[in-house]
Amino acid sequence: MMDTKKIAYFLLNEAGIGIILVLLCVLFSYFVPAFASMNNISNIFTQISINTVIAVGMTFVILLGGIDLSVGSVLALCSILAGLTITNKSLPVPLAIFLAVSVSIAAGIACGLFNGCVCERWNIHSFVVTLGMLNMARGAALQVSNSRTIFSFPKSFNVVGTYSIFGSLPVIFIMAVALVLIGHFVLKKTVFGRMIYAIGNNEEAVRLSGHNTKHYKIAAFAICGACVGVAAILYMLRLNIASPILGNGFELSAIAAVVIGGTSMNGGKGSMIGTLIGAAIIGVLNNGLLLLGMSDFARQIVTGAIIVIAVILDTYRAKLSLILS
Amino acid sequence: MNQDILTIQNVSKHFPGVRALSDVTFSIKKGEVHVLVGENGAGKSTLIKIICGIYRSDEGTILLDGSRYAPKTPKEAMDAGIRVVYQEFNLLSYLSVAENIFFDRLPRKGIIVDRKKLYTDTLEVLKRVGLDVDPWSPVELLGVAQMQLLEIAKAISSKCKLLILDEPTATLSPSEISRLFDIIRTEKASGLTVIYISHHLNEIYDIGDRVTVLRNGSFVGAKDVGEIEIPQIISMMVGRQMDSEYPFMESPKPTESPLLEVKNLRILKGKHDISFTLRRGEILGVAGLVGSGRTETMRAIFGADKREGGSILLEGKELDIKSPKDAVRQGICLLTEDRKSQGLILEMPLYANISLSAIDKFAHSGLIDKRAEYGAAERLSGELDIKTPSVSQLARNLSGGNQQKVVLAKWILREARVLIFDEPTRGIDVGAKYEIYLLLWRLLSEGKGILIVSSDLNELMGICHRIVVFSGGGVSGEILRADFEQERILKYAYRVS
Repeated sequence: MMDTKKIAYFLLNEAGIGIILVLLCVLFSYFVPAFASMNNISNIFTQISINTVIAVGMTFVILLGGIDLSVGSVLALCSILAGLTITNKSLPVPLAIFLAVSVSIAAGIACGLFNGCVCERWNIHSFVVTLGMLNMARGAALQVSNSRTIFSFPKSFNVVGTYSIFGSLPVIFIMAVALVLIGHFVLKKTVFGRMIYAIGNNEEAVRLSGHNTKHYKIAAFAICGACVGVAAILYMLRLNIASPILGNGFELSAIAAVVIGGTSMNGGKGSMIGTLIGAAIIGVLNNGLLLLGMSDFARQIVTGAIIVIAVILDTYRAKLSLILS
Repeated sequence: MNQDILTIQNVSKHFPGVRALSDVTFSIKKGEVHVLVGENGAGKSTLIKIICGIYRSDEGTILLDGSRYAPKTPKEAMDAGIRVVYQEFNLLSYLSVAENIFFDRLPRKGIIVDRKKLYTDTLEVLKRVGLDVDPWSPVELLGVAQMQLLEIAKAISSKCKLLILDEPTATLSPSEISRLFDIIRTEKASGLTVIYISHHLNEIYDIGDRVTVLRNGSFVGAKDVGEIEIPQIISMMVGRQMDSEYPFMESPKPTESPLLEVKNLRILKGKHDISFTLRRGEILGVAGLVGSGRTETMRAIFGADKREGGSILLEGKELDIKSPKDAVRQGICLLTEDRKSQGLILEMPLYANISLSAIDKFAHSGLIDKRAEYGAAERLSGELDIKTPSVSQLARNLSGGNQQKVVLAKWILREARVLIFDEPTRGIDVGAKYEIYLLLWRLLSEGKGILIVSSDLNELMGICHRIVVFSGGGVSGEILRADFEQERILKYAYRVS
């Protein structure tokens, strides 16, 4: 009795969204044979990697009840800075690569710190602050790069982006999954993660228990920035360019992945594994519908609708799990 | 049975795992003030929610004026003339008083709101409840007592034959309470029936005609107010005999040397220097009206609000407290008045709530040792006798008294030396109150000092060694236990110093 309850609870809370993913995959494989081919699956993995990495950072911010709209622009800025570093001919290639990765992550963290500090110092909602950062970072990226695209990266860098293990597991996807697992570990096992959930649920209670909640909130934005820095590198690995105009609308896909994955926009509830599944659902939908021959616009309509449906389902899930608990 | 306005017959309600109401039968007579009492979890709120259409009963029937009544929505209940004033107000704080009262039925001229009629109608309603405010002033500017009256005005201004008041006096001062009672009496005289829920048993005699006691979801008894005395009601509520409402013990005795000294403290809006001392092993009561600066002072000591000056000494050592973090580190902790929004994380399990402040104890290089954390929570849960199936239970699922124990467990784990309680037993039922008082004595025997802010003078006089009284943002008097007298405290409380 207890066990069936536990299983039902698990299905609803942890696996609920996974079931939808499996269903989608089964449906697409049935209607489009090409969907289940090794090649296509590998494609999907590649396609969702960048969004997954950004969504990992976004999960921290949303768990605290915040939001980061600047991730797309910051990604562009990070990529430009990294691109300029990596194409610097005066540096030996390995050092240039190392510096480029460091610069990208550092720039992401800097933007995140700025977001977090401004929000906390003046008690402004992150929606507004990161909206400002969205414009600032985009402007900075265009300014620094003279609005030009940077390319011709070192060969040894480019080759990583197309490398796959066992022929179908792209390296950048493995990196993304590794980041998800690290994020999961941080949220579930560390004091920091506990505080993220606690603050997301009731910041005042945590403050009155003798903690400095502002530090945690600023740290979450910095983590989000760091993830964006990593995502920028993955982007360059995959497309071998850095451009000041890339990343447009990435914030929405990342937020969608987090929300579809079951994280509450009010904060305090959600999981990193959910976020990964959320990103996968978006990727599978995009890919499957394309294979079905659906137009770009129609796909956009369906993806949008899925986000709304996911959130509606989530309200039922919450009710059901309340009854079971 | 024409004179019964509401008849409740064999009503039962189950929630998963809980039997909230079982086979409850009683009736409310037309034109009476019917007091409903019972411990938290006794089923009062569930019953009210069924009457006003939020829940539906599983079994049983309700008759309203003799005909079957089973509201599916709050709207249906309202249409039937049943109004509820909840503890948490349902007011739109940015709208005006007038718009709040007539929200669902604004007078119109064509499609435009008839502001003149709205104004005069509102004035008339406000006069009925004796509320002297401008109909156009926004509700957020009103005080708590005024909001309470506004809620009642809103309820009785529409078609209302049965008014349900849920703990209406919890936040009111004595004079405001007597005004509320006057209004209830006037409305009763013009035919209104009232169901009155309260934890303050002495109010039963001031306002009630009959009293019904619920316990564990069952009906225990109903009596005319004249036929029953408070101790009897209490034993009906808790199901056992209780010798006294307040435990007070001769030992441990407070030490001579001070534990906490507050010297010339200034709070932001206060004009006065506030000074008092708390000794080890002492319960010091803090009395005063709402707005007298008592809560603000406690929050300032705890670092939750800014202070303008003055010093705080713990065992003779001056403390530099700028935030709750500083205070907690020094062993000073605050149990806030509002447990749900400031003391607990309702959606998280008990163990996480208990370890919230002392989480570092269970951390090894940033990782939580879950087993140690869980074990400590279980130990405290057992020691404080927190009633819960397990410490994995969400804090939300506990009753008020047990929630307060969880907050207390949090601070015990943090090894607090000074515990400041703001309204420690508000909204907590008699039986659980007693357990909490006993816990206070246990803390004293461990050498801690306790400050208690309370609006309930009987409580303060029952359990404190000494009482300081606040008035107008300063300390207006100090009374030793031997000299405790309600009049004396009130005299200080009303003194404009």
